[in-house]
Amino acid sequence: MRHLLSAGDLSYDEATQVLDTAKELSQLSGHSVKKFPTLRGRTVVNLFYEDSTRTRTSFELAAKRLSADVINFSAKGSSVSKGESLKDSALTLQAMGADGVVIRHSASGAAHRLATWVDGAVVNGGDGTHEHPTQALLDAFTIRERMGDLAGLRVTIVGDVLHSRVARSNVLLLHTLGAEVTLVAPPTLVPVSVHTWPCAVSYRIEDVLPKSDVVMMLRVQAERMKGEFFPTAREYSRRYGLDRERFARLPADAIVMHPGPMVRGMEISAEVADSPRSTVTEQVTNGLSVRMAVLYLLLGGSESAIGNQEAQG
Amino acid sequence: MCAKKRANGDESGGGDPPSRTEPEGSRAVLEGPEISRALTRIAHEVLERTKGGEGVILLGIPTRGVPLARRLAERIERVEDRHVPWGSLDITMYRDDLRLAPARALGRTEIPADGIHDSVVVLVDDVLFSGRSVRAALDALNDLGRPRAVQLATLVDRGHRQLPIRADYVGKNLPTSLREKVTVLLDELDDRDAVLVGPAKPRNVAEGDR
Amino acid sequence: MTQTSTAENAPVRVIRGARIAGGPEETSDIVIRDGVIAAVGSDARAQADAGGVEVIDATGLLALPGLVDLHTHLREPGREDAETVATGARAAAVGGYTAVHAMANTDPVADSAGVVEQVWRLGHDAGYCDVRPVGAVTRGLRGQQLAELGAMADSVAGVRVFSDDGVCVSDALLMRRALEYVKAFGGVIAQHAQEPRLTEGAQMNEGVVSDRLGLGGWPAVAEEAIIARDCLLAEHVGSRLHICHVSTSGSVQIIRWAKDRGCDVTAEVTPHHLLLTDDLAESYDPVFKVNPPLRTTEDVTALRQALADGTIDSVATDHAPHPVEAKETEWSNAAMGMVGLESALSVVQHTMVDNGLLDWSGVADRMSFAPARIGRVRGHGRPIAPGEPANITLYDAGTTRDIDPAALVSKSGNTPYRSMRLPGRVVATLLRGTPTVLDGKVQ
Repeated sequence: MRHLLSAGDLSYDEATQVLDTAKELSQLSGHSVKKFPTLRGRTVVNLFYEDSTRTRTSFELAAKRLSADVINFSAKGSSVSKGESLKDSALTLQAMGADGVVIRHSASGAAHRLATWVDGAVVNGGDGTHEHPTQALLDAFTIRERMGDLAGLRVTIVGDVLHSRVARSNVLLLHTLGAEVTLVAPPTLVPVSVHTWPCAVSYRIEDVLPKSDVVMMLRVQAERMKGEFFPTAREYSRRYGLDRERFARLPADAIVMHPGPMVRGMEISAEVADSPRSTVTEQVTNGLSVRMAVLYLLLGGSESAIGNQEAQG
Repeated sequence: MCAKKRANGDESGGGDPPSRTEPEGSRAVLEGPEISRALTRIAHEVLERTKGGEGVILLGIPTRGVPLARRLAERIERVEDRHVPWGSLDITMYRDDLRLAPARALGRTEIPADGIHDSVVVLVDDVLFSGRSVRAALDALNDLGRPRAVQLATLVDRGHRQLPIRADYVGKNLPTSLREKVTVLLDELDDRDAVLVGPAKPRNVAEGDR
Repeated sequence: MTQTSTAENAPVRVIRGARIAGGPEETSDIVIRDGVIAAVGSDARAQADAGGVEVIDATGLLALPGLVDLHTHLREPGREDAETVATGARAAAVGGYTAVHAMANTDPVADSAGVVEQVWRLGHDAGYCDVRPVGAVTRGLRGQQLAELGAMADSVAGVRVFSDDGVCVSDALLMRRALEYVKAFGGVIAQHAQEPRLTEGAQMNEGVVSDRLGLGGWPAVAEEAIIARDCLLAEHVGSRLHICHVSTSGSVQIIRWAKDRGCDVTAEVTPHHLLLTDDLAESYDPVFKVNPPLRTTEDVTALRQALADGTIDSVATDHAPHPVEAKETEWSNAAMGMVGLESALSVVQHTMVDNGLLDWSGVADRMSFAPARIGRVRGHGRPIAPGEPANITLYDAGTTRDIDPAALVSKSGNTPYRSMRLPGRVVATLLRGTPTVLDGKVQ
């Protein structure tokens, strides 16, 4: 069984196949098709160790629209919260015969570990500060819908790159798809080895915005604001926030993305977030199609069409 | 989108189907002019059966049902001077043999803007074999709306049905052996119109899902 | 392989046909009487042939002085599910060790004469090797107040090595006081060099791999900064300093510089830091999670060179047993550490000897003489010569073996060499003339 653990697991062809499949599925959804029989009799488990109603709901709906049986294991009110180890949960899922497991976990690598313990396909629904490949896929999908081919597009990712699984997955996937990625952040929020990543880095958002087709704003988590990574939220906002004036520096057809939930005012001003060039709500809608595509391609056939052949180790 | 192609015995991977070339050892049983005449005849039959084509929508099953649907629509327009909506209906997600092969890329589904409600949908496919893809198409259609009636047009009926399904319009009945493979080439995709019969690869006979 | 001619109460043993590490090319016989080496070499042959002795056939084997480990976690008291003094001492014997230092981070912490005497006694009673307790530098390893270092030194355990290993003595003033204080009894402070603020949330070496894997980084500078500070402190107060598990190329440069200045600093490197690199974390398998973390190939190269040229004085295992559940989990929740006693000599052969960086007399120095000298371990780390205690390890360097966690004598199986093929095998270990291991089996 193959897994989707990292956006780096996807070749150009595989990533394109996911996006193409998601495109067809989104069109069918437009034709009022609510449910496909494709995964009838298959069981998909949502194993959520972190609260994320948004992502869990998206995966749950995706699996249900493909007629899979869906079981939600979330950290609240299950054995997970009673200290059951990931391994024990994995063995339970294995005994239930889960065909696919979507895992969301606060520990980087949790999806990799799970993949060594279960036979089913594992989809990384976000692991610690490592990766969130379906978010990157839905971002790529959203960009493609708005801007066409990703090849040569200039995508700027702004914010807490160091702790962002969204940034890691997006750098890998957007690079695979031929986009030119630039990371913008205060130097404290950029990984030390970022020069080995397939992207450029800038510390000055003003310099990069006029040369951006897409600006992706990352969430800055509250715990980063305690004065260690930057002096104050106000200074961060002043230097790296996307306000109206900076927004005006963007080329006229550039779009603004945010994986949500947004901290309005700090990372992004309200008028930018609500502008027609903001894709925030589309991203949510597109998430459903992309996750359906991923589940279909991993579980729909005799073997997976995409993904990591086996977890390493 | 390559459901048809695969089931007909070509198991190459996902993505857009490559153009077909003439398989080795095969012979043409229909050439361009005959295909053209068969489609013209079907167009007339559709008009007769549907009382002038009122409410008709032609939906091709990808891959090669789609250009056939378009050609039928053009012919009907020429004869009756009335616009006939046409589109495509991908059946991949509804197939009953999904688990027998790796997950496949999806084909395009394009339904005319007004939808299919209360219309007469004519499904168009290149080869009618086991009937399983028509079964899948009926399921797919069911999810898109409730037509007044569904009919089936096929360029070639090669027999060996596994389900109680028959075509309303047939270009040519082509009795074949299960050891044979029927390949349809269309100008839009393959730069040539032809129906070929040749030896099948053994595993495809076993699959026999058309 | 042992032919036991009946020997009465205190047998005379003869090791026949071994090549002595650092000795002559031809093989020697080693005669042992009353736990002491009575004769070595051709002189010994007559006695060996006399009969009435127990003969250990060591044809084709290498005789090394019994190995001494400066850095072992035996977990008792407190975590007897992972290891006990007895099981750890057995594992040490199987690895060719005749003396080990048991680190202080037990529960309760070995920060008083009572706890170190308990550990010493457990080792003594088990009898597989000499267990030398390490005393904590600070009470409860909390880094705030010196533990009763003198009481531990004066106890029956005779503690000479003090360490808060597991945590760093990060307070510069406290470190200075500790360095000074142990001068009174010839002690040494073994520092776990890890600047705590720079390693908050650290999970692995900070670099390309940690950035890709999204695991918190443990930067080399957090080790190097402490080493530099402590070398300067030790120099200033004229004390002896030992650096635990050196893991970076930068640390090597600092230690080399400090030694050149005449600072009385010694250092150890673990076998795993001589062999393994941080890219192993890509599997997220916490069997590779260790503190300090696995570093880069460049670091490994520098560490090997430093061990070869003596900048790093010794090899220490940092044997850190953990129960299965502590490792079969997410990386960030997993315990840090690897077992190492039973594989150390093989790893050193593989990383140092087989490539010509170190000869066997060098191995005897780095794994026996030097650690015994640093730890002031009497009766260990002595040459294989008449009159010396018969602490001897017989090693077959000409074989290979596949490391099987289930076959380890240690109570825990968290070996990073799982299913790796390594050269060499300890055939026998003699503690004061008595075999603790024969034919690779605990006696």
